[in-house]
Amino acid sequence: MFLDPANFRHPAFRTGMADAFKVAPGIWAWGLMTGVSMVQAGLGTAMSTWMTLLVYGGSAQLAVTPLMAVGTPVWVVLATAFCVNLRFAVFSLHLRGYLMAWPRWQRLTIGYLIADLNYVQFVQNHPQPATDAAGQRAEMAYLCGNCFLTWAGWQIASVLGIVLASQVPLEWGLGFAGVLALVGILCSLASSRMRTVSLVVSGAAAIAAYALPLRLNILVAIAAAVAMCLVIEKTAGVNKAAT
Amino acid sequence: MIDVFQLLTLLGLAAMTVLARCFFFILSRELPFPAWAQRGLLYAPIAALAAVVVPEVLATQGQLISTGLDARLLGAAAGVAYYTYRRGQGQAVLGTIVVGMAVYLPLHIGLGW
Repeated sequence: MFLDPANFRHPAFRTGMADAFKVAPGIWAWGLMTGVSMVQAGLGTAMSTWMTLLVYGGSAQLAVTPLMAVGTPVWVVLATAFCVNLRFAVFSLHLRGYLMAWPRWQRLTIGYLIADLNYVQFVQNHPQPATDAAGQRAEMAYLCGNCFLTWAGWQIASVLGIVLASQVPLEWGLGFAGVLALVGILCSLASSRMRTVSLVVSGAAAIAAYALPLRLNILVAIAAAVAMCLVIEKTAGVNKAAT
Repeated sequence: MIDVFQLLTLLGLAAMTVLARCFFFILSRELPFPAWAQRGLLYAPIAALAAVVVPEVLATQGQLISTGLDARLLGAAAGVAYYTYRRGQGQAVLGTIVVGMAVYLPLHIGLGW
């Protein structure tokens, strides 16, 4: 994986790291505030640290933290985490086309590390899956570099947040830097009219369906936006170059 | 320190991360994959991000904000303006974060917006 020189000596590894660095301050601020939030919700320093190191999923951690603090049954905690993570299942369907060339343990290791922005930056950099071994190696090296920098930054920031929990008030709203990182990536993705339609439909649906439990509004919004775009493509005959 | 039960719960949560993120490539079996689904995935990344971001900027607990005097709205608008000004070149995303926070923090901490 990361210890494999074929990955970390590959030039694409640096490209992946450089891309991750563009959004790194957002990731750090977000990780920091996730660490602070877990401790302030009453999870304890040791538990919060282990959760950060093992679970590695900000939205799921924040969703289950209040449940665990009041002793909710484990199956409810696990089901909540899975539902909050469901958007990743959509990503995995997309990534399947890139990753099936690799052995299963390698797919699972890199898959575990692919968070929202890693997925988005990866498919933005590699719009089509490679068909030859050299191209697949370049994809894997990019993913390794991109995910490694995100992972390291997130973990350091989270642990810092856990340690400094009493010194960093949540009210400052430093976590907004994470939202701004996503806003920046959204701007870079909105490169065609159809993609902008997807953005608007999804955003509106996410607010309209906000009352759904377990952040299922995200899944509803993705489905609504993709369906709407496919329908417009069919009826208006938008050519493929427009996407 | 944490006890065995807590550790098992956390390992279960880690397994949920792996299960969700690897959902469709855990098994090596062939998946039937129609062309329309393939095309639909082109719109999934931006839709997923929009679904996460838009409620964070334009709503509070799912209620649309009713005022333009909102630190998040103005911060995000400043970020987008900077990105557009830079036309996405160079460190435009990094700039979006920095400019957005430079607008957001004074309004949020100073004025309580």
